[in-house]
Amino acid sequence: MANPSAVCNGHLHHHHQKQNNLLKSGIYKKNGITKGMKKNGVSNGTLHKKTITEHFEQAPMYVAVLTFLGFGVGTIFGYLRDFMRAWGLEKRNVAAEREQQKDFVPLYQDFENFYTRNLYMRIRDNWNRPICSVPGPQFDLMERVTDDYNWTFRFTGRTIKNVINMGSYNYLGFAETDVNALKTVTIELQKYGTGICSTRQEMGSLDKHVELEKLVAKFLGVEDAMVFGMGFATNSMNIPALVGKGCLILSDELNHTSLVLGARLSGATIRIFKHNNMQSLEKLLRDAIIYGQPRSRRAWRKILILVEGIYSMEGSIVRLPEIVFLKKKYKAYLYLDEAHSIGAVGATGRGVVEYFGMSPDDVDVLMGTFTKSFGAAGGYIAGKKDLVDFLRTHSHSAVYATSMCPPVAEQIIRAMKCLMGLDGTTQGLQRVRQLGKNTRYFRRRLHEMGFIIYGNDDSPVVPLLLYMPGKIGAFARRMLEKNIGVVVVGFPATPITESRARFCVSAAHTREMLDTVLNALDELGDFLHLKYSRYSKSSHPELYEETRLELED
Amino acid sequence: MIRFVFFLSVLVETELLCSVALIQIEFCVDLFLCFCFQAPAYHLILEGILILWIIRLLFSKTYKLQERSDLTPKEKEELIEEWQPEPLVPPVPKDHPALNYNIVSGPPTHIITVNGKECINFASFNFLGLLDNEKVKSAAQASLKKYGVGTCGPRGFYGTFDVHLELEERLAKFMRTEEAIIYSYGFATIASAIPAYSKRGDIVFVDEAACFAIQKGLQASRSNIKLFKHNDMADLEQLLKEQETEDQKNPRKARVTRRFIVVEGLYMNTGDVCPLPELIKLKYKYKVRIFLEESLSFGVLGEHGRGITEHFGINIDDIDLISANMENSLASIGGFCCGRSFIIDHQRLSGQGYCFSASLPPLLAAAAIEALNIMEDNPDIFQTLRAKCERIHKALQGISGLKVVGESFSPALHLQLEESCGSRENDVKLLKRIVDYCMDSGIALTQARYLEKEEKCLPPPSIRVVITVEQTEQELDKAASLLKEAVQSVLN
Repeated sequence: MANPSAVCNGHLHHHHQKQNNLLKSGIYKKNGITKGMKKNGVSNGTLHKKTITEHFEQAPMYVAVLTFLGFGVGTIFGYLRDFMRAWGLEKRNVAAEREQQKDFVPLYQDFENFYTRNLYMRIRDNWNRPICSVPGPQFDLMERVTDDYNWTFRFTGRTIKNVINMGSYNYLGFAETDVNALKTVTIELQKYGTGICSTRQEMGSLDKHVELEKLVAKFLGVEDAMVFGMGFATNSMNIPALVGKGCLILSDELNHTSLVLGARLSGATIRIFKHNNMQSLEKLLRDAIIYGQPRSRRAWRKILILVEGIYSMEGSIVRLPEIVFLKKKYKAYLYLDEAHSIGAVGATGRGVVEYFGMSPDDVDVLMGTFTKSFGAAGGYIAGKKDLVDFLRTHSHSAVYATSMCPPVAEQIIRAMKCLMGLDGTTQGLQRVRQLGKNTRYFRRRLHEMGFIIYGNDDSPVVPLLLYMPGKIGAFARRMLEKNIGVVVVGFPATPITESRARFCVSAAHTREMLDTVLNALDELGDFLHLKYSRYSKSSHPELYEETRLELED
Repeated sequence: MIRFVFFLSVLVETELLCSVALIQIEFCVDLFLCFCFQAPAYHLILEGILILWIIRLLFSKTYKLQERSDLTPKEKEELIEEWQPEPLVPPVPKDHPALNYNIVSGPPTHIITVNGKECINFASFNFLGLLDNEKVKSAAQASLKKYGVGTCGPRGFYGTFDVHLELEERLAKFMRTEEAIIYSYGFATIASAIPAYSKRGDIVFVDEAACFAIQKGLQASRSNIKLFKHNDMADLEQLLKEQETEDQKNPRKARVTRRFIVVEGLYMNTGDVCPLPELIKLKYKYKVRIFLEESLSFGVLGEHGRGITEHFGINIDDIDLISANMENSLASIGGFCCGRSFIIDHQRLSGQGYCFSASLPPLLAAAAIEALNIMEDNPDIFQTLRAKCERIHKALQGISGLKVVGESFSPALHLQLEESCGSRENDVKLLKRIVDYCMDSGIALTQARYLEKEEKCLPPPSIRVVITVEQTEQELDKAASLLKEAVQSVLN
């Protein structure tokens, strides 16, 4: 890619220097509100030659000012309305404590819910929208209305048909109801039923689980794998088995809650490094080894680095080659959560490890979920046989939680077989390719229109920055009016000034659907003044020429 | 002049502010330059010496700094080179019991094929036999046809399906509470619910026999945890009283310190019920909220299977939060919490396992709805289950060497060794031989498994006997007599 600021040298060290320079010149994203655009090429010496572009463009200063102003006005009105509610001038809609328990210590502190009550409540209709069909490329929404400004909802009984789904994590389009595709699932459901009623270590290890685990290990190219009933719990119930007191966890600042919870439950010391920032990670690693544990000064028992493959709110891809380099240099262990990346990136859908052309042996713990690309539920941990054997005996999930439901396991098996070409077709591969094409097309068009979008060019998670709190509601509602279902996210899931909409591109989206969405976005972008980017088409003509060429081959 | 300089030097010597001294020295040097041409030579020499002395005083260390321990880059590299971490996981011995687990071929229903041998299932928590139910299966099939398998998103982001809403409504109606909330994993239910309310600084009184999910929820909440002896209300009241005196000392803190009692309806680890009526009394006396975990008692106890509240005839509104999983009686996957909207609704933004996890696959929700239908249509099923539990409980009495732990109406009983044979490891091995003996003769049983190092209060090793409505009286008697036989052959 003809990106002038991209770094593409064959040596890690040089890259670090370059990023240091970027840091010094103050165009790194987290350094407050600064102008500029960060485009870093990730390069990995001998293993990986291609340059990867990630965008984190900063909005103009006035946007940040207006955003704070928006929150300020909202807060003032919030206080005003709280005051009116307290004096009985406005109806209190919120459920109240039981009379008999009025003299108990209040369950909630009043200020804790200030944000929920006064800001979230105004735009609450944009979340939890109930659907009543398969979450494929299009779905049907249950129409709901509110008579009291979102405090309660009432269903009208009508459905909004064929809304284009830009929200579900259905990357490869395996959320489907095609009878032929679901044939084996139907058979297994008839054979096994839905429940297990026992844990893996007691009476809940089924032949189906053994089959699935073998297939997952084969798919990922590792020695062994173990599957769990819930993706969230895969993280939160297994990390405590791997590390404990006297161990150190180095965790990316944007890691998912499940990783954070798992780290907390483990009892290990947790230190946070800046998102995808290798200097920050290296510094923590060096300091940890040199200075040991705080106070006691003993050496750490082990160091575990927790990262995700694709970050679901930023759309960025982990700098795996550099992390692996660091982890080997400092003898740390690496736990890679591929919740969003497995199936979604890599030439054959084997996640970020394949994307960077690396070996699965480079990562100590490969974790992923089946909820997203595979259209099922649950998660896995894969790696060396020693690791998986240890988890079979020590995982909290294996001992205390019900094992995976057999028809769900069958859905994963069929999707995985399709990806591996074991069903005798190239359909799986086609899906992966289609996803890549759709992703690049969608991202390129958004760039051209002048939106600020975050993340890696190859990431199917596409965050589009809205910034102002008022625009969150306006954007999602107007998109729904155009029959497009989008996900919007604001504080506290994102930094306060960076409210955004998030699109998840799917292989099942047709070009027409994407064009419909893009046209709607173009129109709405003008209406809501969302096109903040100063790097639109004219300033980088060569970039677009190049991308186009790439798309055509 | 000399006196002046001398005075200055004394000033410095007495360690007055250095900066002040410096300015004054500058001033003094100016004076010196003015006068040096008129002054005699010895003056000049003396003054010169004095000034040099002052400079020395200024720059010499007046106190000893601690030796700086900065590492040189080379030393740092050496330290990094030297450090050897522990292996990520210690090796697991090949004969570890958990590595050689049972493999079930086919569905784990009444008749189960364990390790290739057909047995009668006394191990799965399929109390109502709904795992194999055709109605449940066809409801799930219909759902599969309409919705596919996965939801591809959390509840907030298009992961809320109409079936989820229906299931929540049905559960609330069944339990006669205002609202219910469903989770996609049984374990995550109570483990997410507790930290949604109880935060750092809050106090939780918890029974020491509480199951692992409760323990993890408490750990995640980072609250102050007070364990009371299993089902010992006097001990609990003692703790509550202690807290009351503590509160009187610091009433301001007490006003914002939330307190909770967390108990199980039917204890997973002991098979007995909590004394709920006494707990309610304590609740109002000491103003503590009660969270109740009903994974085993939901769909088992009470005339209509509503659990421990119905069993004791207690107004369900007196319990602040009830949590249960849908993985036992309902033979599906997932869990739910129910209670008043004031309490439950809070989890929709604060329950981590609810907000940040993909929602329950619709076919599992549909299965749970159908299972609820069956429970509502056949209320006598609970009576049947109870009779079967009592029958085997009676039949299992008087086995020499084994004691039965648990209520007579509990569908999950524990058989513990009357006398330990020295170490936990040996006890486990002994129980395994009993289990294997039964398995060879066609009764599938399992030991209750625990993570021995993780449990707060590790229960003694035991064989768990699970009773379901599908087991016939002959099968129950057979299991009991077989267990007797097994104990005799193993212990002698």
